Amino acid sequence: MEMKRRIGSQILASILVNAIYTMKNYPIMLVWTFLSPFSLLLVIFFVSNGTLLGVGIEGALVMSMVLSGISMQGDLSHLRNDMKLQDMVVSSPTSALIYIVGMAISELVYSAPALTVLGILAVLFIHTTIMGAVQIFLVMALMFAFSIALGFMLSTFSSDVIQSWAFSGIVSTFLSTIPPVYYPITYIPLPYRYIAYLSPTTYAAQIAQNAAGYVSVPAGTVVVDWIVLIGVSILILFIAAKKTRWRER
Amino acid sequence: MKGLVCRNISKRYPTGKVALKSMSLSVESKGIFALIGRNGAGKTTLVRILATQMMPTSGTASIDGIDIIREPGRLRQEIAIVPQEARAIPWLTPMETVYSYLLWRGFESGEAKKRARKALNDVGMGDQADKMNQYLSGGMKRKVLVATVIASEARIIFLDEPTTGLDPISRSDLWKMLAKLKKERFIFLTTHYLDEAEKLADSIAIVEEGKLVASGTIEELRGKVKYPYSIKLLDGNTKVPKVRGKVIKGLDGSIQILTGEDEAYSVSKELIKKGTKFALGPLTLDDIFYSLVRKKIEGDDDGDEEENW
Ligand SMILES: Nc1ncnc2c1ncn2[C@@H]1O[C@H](COP(=O)(O)OP(=O)(O)OP(=O)(O)O)[C@@H](O)[C@H]1O
Ligand SMILES: [Mg+2]
Repeated sequence: MEMKRRIGSQILASILVNAIYTMKNYPIMLVWTFLSPFSLLLVIFFVSNGTLLGVGIEGALVMSMVLSGISMQGDLSHLRNDMKLQDMVVSSPTSALIYIVGMAISELVYSAPALTVLGILAVLFIHTTIMGAVQIFLVMALMFAFSIALGFMLSTFSSDVIQSWAFSGIVSTFLSTIPPVYYPITYIPLPYRYIAYLSPTTYAAQIAQNAAGYVSVPAGTVVVDWIVLIGVSILILFIAAKKTRWRER
Repeated sequence: MKGLVCRNISKRYPTGKVALKSMSLSVESKGIFALIGRNGAGKTTLVRILATQMMPTSGTASIDGIDIIREPGRLRQEIAIVPQEARAIPWLTPMETVYSYLLWRGFESGEAKKRARKALNDVGMGDQADKMNQYLSGGMKRKVLVATVIASEARIIFLDEPTTGLDPISRSDLWKMLAKLKKERFIFLTTHYLDEAEKLADSIAIVEEGKLVASGTIEELRGKVKYPYSIKLLDGNTKVPKVRGKVIKGLDGSIQILTGEDEAYSVSKELIKKGTKFALGPLTLDDIFYSLVRKKIEGDDDGDEEENW
């Protein structure tokens, strides 16, 4: 008795468990996920007397993509290690790819309220061309894929939620504290700027800031930025596909 | 080939611990199969390997001809599991828990809702179905998890200690459910309740330190012990008749004589003549487990034992 299995259902399951039911049953999560991208934006806004508002909004958009992967790492690690949910899913018709796609969408659903508000602010305060907007969107999409792949892979390595906090801390320092996302990279004095270039987020920010006209970088540099960003993303996706422990060794 | 077949499965964890040592096993893939063994014997390790969650270090296995190493995708269409340490997600209701599990199995939403509702009724959680899991008792949470696999269509079901933490009535309710379920499905369960294995299972395997000690029906296991009969003397002051067998003194002061069939017959005649109260019967799985697994019972706190030639 072959049964027709619906991929749509399998994806919906992850979205329900990791986003919809959480928000429905713990409304406080909504407040938190809504506030998180705005905290740094406010600081930047006040400190710069409003001059960096546009850059800050752009930064918050890019950062919310990076945070998706980081919070997915924590969520998946919790569901896997503390609930043994992933064991139940591994021993079911849902494949690793479908599970991760569902979970990735669930992170977007989670940040949907904040993204909506940021989107409105972006339309109001960032003045850019269609091409610029497309570039910003592509950078966001790439950062999302990158951080989701990284988050999923790391979640399969942590054997306990405490360990996963350590992963989160390290990844978030690397991807969100060091890189100049909320302000132009020229604000960082030179020797330290090289440290920032170690993080892919820096390249993403540079592309986005250039696309909206907040910084002006030579066309060649933008091409290099894209190459680095796409290269690193492909590398991480490749490593994640190879190393992720869906079935333990 | 039909059935569950393990061929020389070994598992060495990254820590160096060898949890399974060249385990070979062959059982029919129908009814209920119970795997019993002490803490750390390797039960969960074997279950996780068979349920395609973990690779063995060497060896292989197949279930109804589906190879667990080469065809995990195919096998995953057929199996469902409640892991030993699985927890019902606190921020979900029982209904949401079972429903979302069925979605992961690929059910259409309406069908998933119907099945979820029915399975929760079946495990006696119908009136709690829409409370959050975090407000349920430990045993109720366990039932919610069992409901997920009951609601599923999986033909092969792994239950790693499903009745731990259930009260006696809930446990026997679950037994009834499993007895019904096994008509269409193959249930692989592990348990520490030997009466449960004895009552429910069509076949049983005993593991100890990663090795198979024995497997078969309860009758077959009984055939593997030296003394398959038990005579229990309730009065500890009774003079124990001379007989080939083993004498075990229980904590409650009772005396148990393990012996062969002919000896059991003659001793009981003698006891009847003397008017001594006793209970005679074939060995329970408990007794079999003890005599197969525990090599050194003497000096242990469960009773004193001496060979009594
Ligand atoms: N992830 C792991 N890493 C290292 N060693 C492990 C791991 N899991 C289990 N072990 C070891 O493997 C052995 C078998 O463990 P397993 O969990 O299979 O036992 P079990 O028979 O299920 O026991 P219990 O009845 O307590 O559930 C034990 O010695 C245990 O310490
Ligand atoms: Mg176990």
